[in-house]
Amino acid sequence: MIWEVFRQEREGQPLQHGGSLEAPNREFAEAYAVEFYGRRHESVALWVVPREAIVEIAEPYVADVFDRDYRRVDGYSLKVKLREARERAGTA
Amino acid sequence: MNVQAPPEAVVEAVLAFADDELVLGWRDSEWTGVAPFLEEDVAFSSIAQGEIGHARALYELAAGVLGGDADTLAFDREPAEYRSAPFVELALAGDWAGTIARHWLYETADAIRVAELMESDWPELAGLAAKMDREEAYHRLHAEMWRDKLRGEERFEAAVEQLWPYALGVLESPQRARLAELVGREEVEAVVRGSHDDGFAALHEEMTMVRRSVPGASW
Amino acid sequence: MLERMTDEDFRAHVQGGGQVETGDAMPEDYRRALIKFIEMHGNSELMGVLPEREWILRAPTLQRKLALTAKVQDEVGHGQLIYRVVEDLGKPRDACFDDLIAGKTKFHNVFHYPTKTWGDVGVIAWLVDAAAIISQKALLKCSYAPYARIMKKICWEESFHILHGRDVVLTMMTGTDEQRDLVQEALDRWWGPLMQFHGNPIPAEHDPMYEWRIKSQGNEEARQQFLDGYVPQIWELGLTVPDPALRKDEETGVWHYTEPDWDELKWVVTGHGPATERRLGLRRASREETAWVRRAVLADAA
Repeated sequence: MIWEVFRQEREGQPLQHGGSLEAPNREFAEAYAVEFYGRRHESVALWVVPREAIVEIAEPYVADVFDRDYRRVDGYSLKVKLREARERAGTA
Repeated sequence: MNVQAPPEAVVEAVLAFADDELVLGWRDSEWTGVAPFLEEDVAFSSIAQGEIGHARALYELAAGVLGGDADTLAFDREPAEYRSAPFVELALAGDWAGTIARHWLYETADAIRVAELMESDWPELAGLAAKMDREEAYHRLHAEMWRDKLRGEERFEAAVEQLWPYALGVLESPQRARLAELVGREEVEAVVRGSHDDGFAALHEEMTMVRRSVPGASW
Repeated sequence: MLERMTDEDFRAHVQGGGQVETGDAMPEDYRRALIKFIEMHGNSELMGVLPEREWILRAPTLQRKLALTAKVQDEVGHGQLIYRVVEDLGKPRDACFDDLIAGKTKFHNVFHYPTKTWGDVGVIAWLVDAAAIISQKALLKCSYAPYARIMKKICWEESFHILHGRDVVLTMMTGTDEQRDLVQEALDRWWGPLMQFHGNPIPAEHDPMYEWRIKSQGNEEARQQFLDGYVPQIWELGLTVPDPALRKDEETGVWHYTEPDWDELKWVVTGHGPATERRLGLRRASREETAWVRRAVLADAA
């Protein structure tokens, strides 16, 4: 059985995929994950997951057909309005 | 404060324990690179390193009383001076069933030995035993994991049967009943410390050949 | 996920720095070239373990015993990482082992040679590992992302190996005359294989491995990097290199040396090295002795 290992490099960091290993059951998978991704104290947390439990999503983003700049930072341009507002307030 | 030297019998016991760990670590490291599969190769190598590390710490403790250092005690004695139990000296390279049977039996026996040493009046020994116990927890887990997998497997059960008298020989007589209880077997006559397995001379020869090639050198 | 595309578009993708993941559509030639290359790397890790592990048993101090065990353990671990990548590309681990043992696939020349003394232990860990790390660092840029990722872990773990090697050598070089002789004698034997290690120079334009950005460093470039980094380290210890023509042209920065014997390299890597048969035999025997374990433990439950 193939197991995927996820590891956390430092406290507070996201867990990231570290690699995979072959093990007959959960006990063995845990022991081996610790060996491969922890014997140098390089991980503060480890997860093991059977590969078959992982679902890969083919299309990670919704199709970008219509303009959706209202959802992005670059969809907003405040420079001109800000200058006008400052002039009005006498703080320019 | 005047610190009294620990009793000779206790130092002897420490040396015997160190010799057990050294020789078992040496035997276990025969599997590095040729274990049954790659994941286990890495795991078992950590076990071997743990044993050598424990040997080193125990030798250092003994050297504080006997003189020399960990390396002189580990390598520079004559074969007859080693106190290792025949159990750890047995050549089991190529025999995974025997190796795991030994691993499981030894860890169970060792737990009893270490627990007693944690109560020692020699504070450094008690402290070291406590540290070893923490690492041994992982060794025990690994041994249990394999025993669960191989339980009922003919080769494994036959190996346990064959090695049982040797395993008892790791412990002193009063502790053997406890081992029998934990392992679930009848106590039998133990193959005790005092003489060496036939293969020990060859093991010692190979273990010390580089060191002997330039006596007294630093490596 | 990469959709199926023409070979030309795929080449453009990887040459432009594009990455490829396991499930992506890829040209069959690319997949096969990857498997062959990466499998050879895995084979080399597994075969490289064999010369070194003998010396674990003979290590002259407890620290050296531990360090050498840990080094060999790392290499087995690297083999595991590498074969997992190959397996995910479509060739199962068992098939890789079968082909290795049958002599159908290759491994690096250096692991076809015997070790003779503790001097070899130092020289191998210092210089053979150094030569290997130069190639490995170049693979960090491989277009096949799963391989590039494990190379990152491998390079990080290798960092102590060279230090260990250097420590072993320096201890002997500051020791007795006999110890210094051990190092020099080992270096004399290993120099030839080391010079052959990176392979004979192949023009990048003709090599699909570069077109597909599997490799990104030329063989000669790697060798020059090795010489530049390590010959000064060798000479500063008072050691000699058994090549009277070895020198650096200070103007061009290029190292000149006696042309390695490329016929010897070819002969060795096709399975005729002095230790090849013995080592493959050892792998074969240990595999047979432990086949029951894999059947009992790894065979997936019905």
